[in-house]
Amino acid sequence: MINEDAVYYSRILTELTLSFHIIYATIGVGIPLFIMIAQWIGIRKNDEHYILLARRWTRGYAITVAVGVVTGTAIGLLLSLLWPKFMEVAGHIIALPLFMETFAFFFEAIFLGIYLYTWDRFANQFKHLLLLIPVAIGSSVSAVFITTVNAFMNSPRGFDLVNGELMNANPIVAMFNPSMPTKVSHVVATAFMTSAFILASIAAYRILRGSKHVYHRKALHLTLTTGLIFSVSSLIIGDLSGKYLAQYQPEKLAAAEWHFETQKEAPLLLLGFLSDDGDVRFSIKIPYALSILAHGSPTAEVTGLDRIPKDERPPLYIHYLFNIMVGIGTLLIIVPLLYWIGIKRKWTWIKNKTFMWLLVLGGPLSMIAIEAGWWLNEVGRQPWVLYGVMRTAEGATTSEQVDLMLWMFSALYMMLGIGSVIVLTRMFNKNPIERELKERYT
Amino acid sequence: MDLEIIGILVLWTFLFGYTMIASIDFGAGFFNAYSEFTGKEHILSSIIQRYLSPVWEVTNVFLVFFFVGIVGFFPRTAFYYGTTLLVPVGIAIILLGIRGAYYAFATYGKTKQKRYTFLYGASGLLLPASLSIVFTISEGGFVSINHGEPRLDYWALFTSPLTWGIVILSITALLYISAVFLTWYADQAKDKRASQLLRTYALTWAFPTIIAAVGIIYILRSHNPIHYENLLQLWWMFAISFIFFLGTVWLLIRKINYGLAFTLLVAQFAFAFYGYGFAHYPYLLYPHLTIYDSFTNKAMAISLISAFIAGLALLIPSLYLLLKLFLFNKDYVHGQASRHY
Repeated sequence: MINEDAVYYSRILTELTLSFHIIYATIGVGIPLFIMIAQWIGIRKNDEHYILLARRWTRGYAITVAVGVVTGTAIGLLLSLLWPKFMEVAGHIIALPLFMETFAFFFEAIFLGIYLYTWDRFANQFKHLLLLIPVAIGSSVSAVFITTVNAFMNSPRGFDLVNGELMNANPIVAMFNPSMPTKVSHVVATAFMTSAFILASIAAYRILRGSKHVYHRKALHLTLTTGLIFSVSSLIIGDLSGKYLAQYQPEKLAAAEWHFETQKEAPLLLLGFLSDDGDVRFSIKIPYALSILAHGSPTAEVTGLDRIPKDERPPLYIHYLFNIMVGIGTLLIIVPLLYWIGIKRKWTWIKNKTFMWLLVLGGPLSMIAIEAGWWLNEVGRQPWVLYGVMRTAEGATTSEQVDLMLWMFSALYMMLGIGSVIVLTRMFNKNPIERELKERYT
Repeated sequence: MDLEIIGILVLWTFLFGYTMIASIDFGAGFFNAYSEFTGKEHILSSIIQRYLSPVWEVTNVFLVFFFVGIVGFFPRTAFYYGTTLLVPVGIAIILLGIRGAYYAFATYGKTKQKRYTFLYGASGLLLPASLSIVFTISEGGFVSINHGEPRLDYWALFTSPLTWGIVILSITALLYISAVFLTWYADQAKDKRASQLLRTYALTWAFPTIIAAVGIIYILRSHNPIHYENLLQLWWMFAISFIFFLGTVWLLIRKINYGLAFTLLVAQFAFAFYGYGFAHYPYLLYPHLTIYDSFTNKAMAISLISAFIAGLALLIPSLYLLLKLFLFNKDYVHGQASRHY
């Protein structure tokens, strides 16, 4: 029995929760690495600016983690409440990484609590830095485990389907499924990348607002150079993800690229839009590029949507999501690269207003890319919740009250979202770096 | 021992851990708000804040552990409880959200406002009420199977004395647990006034807790006779629990050894909680679901148990460090160590 209303509202509530949670989750995974780098440089160079950088980032981070705990608990419970039949199946095969994720988060939460409240308790700063290592490991490993579950939804392995029953479960095979390596590394690399650009945009914003303090220059330099490393690695892993899709989920790739007919020497379509009668308009065609992306060879054959049964094709609008993700990703390689070359060659224009604004935009843009990427991933898997095994509608609850829950949760997220923006801006506006430095030395 | 029993013991232990530390947490939030409104915040606030701030995320993880673990060990529960609990657990998540927001914005963000404190305190009483619905439902009689889909009968649920009995017990117990713990904590911090005030709260809530518990057993006699019979067979566990209870109360009245008083309280609730759990065996949901027919496959069970053991090896030393630095560190508890970050 399927309750269409319940399916519809369950999808919206899940989309809303994940779209909101991913903001805090991404920051939560990425930022500890940067706090660690800053504190490390601060200790090594005996530079108070870097120590304060770490300290101020930590203060903001504590707030985003607290909100992330709430949204994470919400999505964890909502999975069972909204998708009980899916979770019953998933529980049998993929519960292991889900279970281990809670351990990883537990580990992170304990040490974050300790780290937060022990800034001045150690004579040796280095000991304090050591407390951050479990936080960084815990948050990254959490991301690895959770993404493993998502990878399983895209390429379920580790069981046999006998007359519709799942048999011979093998949790380890289920974890190391084909989509796991690319997906996990892409999620982790982009979390670092996004966090770098968000921290960079804060520094750029302060410079634009007239702060001449070298503190912000140091922050900008640190985040942009590491950001460049992660955006390049995200690109490389993204390319590998394309090759994974071509082999295991060809319809997702075909829908994302508007590749309608199976062919060799397939071109890649960039931008464009779909007219009402299904023609692609105003797109840029790059010859052979799709064959290269999919199989690493310009002549390779790429499966088109014509080979996919009509009721198993994902919605075509994921092409736009793909373009947004790739477009922003490319921009965020070019911009820090220009900055880096500019510093080496002493170009002055990288310090002008326009370029600074571009850097300010980098943070929000990278978050939009994260959202687009996850939407591409989730919508691109439709109509399946568990690829090839269970359709989304079959996994949903039959409860009558999902719409009510949707309103309540929307209000909660609104409160959390607005609250975190207000509290974070107030916290740092009230206590700018100039003031904090002054207070520390008087 | 059956894998099923190991699984449920692990989960039951986590649930016990959660009920204890969440009770302390929820109750502390309530006392904090209550003291603001009765003009006693200068006595209580600092001691409560000091304890709560570093540990709340850890409290939350216990809950996550439980519900992720139960779907792992007993996947069928996702189907039965997932479908029926949408509203009560949905409300509980929102309330947890309000508490999280309080920590994020008021504690870390340092924006103090009376209405936050009030919301935070109120959520502490509403949460046990909404979460304890799960215990009520598990007794059976509220869930029917309709076209193969479980349905929760809200009318029956809200008109049942069992529901309200359990709600009352959850609230009185949490206030009692929290007050006893904080009496001890304040005493450790050598904060005489806070400790004395909390001690009176503890004594206030001690007997209502026991009356509510006895009341529930009485209601169960007609509501779920099988469970009632099983409870009677385990009468000795509840007798031991009651003796521990008397011990705690006696120590509180004599104003001696609050540490032992709290230890006895944990033992009291442990005996009652496990006694209740053993009597519930083998049902997860009367009469539809037992731990045997909902159990996962053997491969998953073994890998979950292995992961659990490995995880504990990692967590126990870390938890010890946390407790040592904040709960049992004299400088920190006394307020001499810095709380700035």
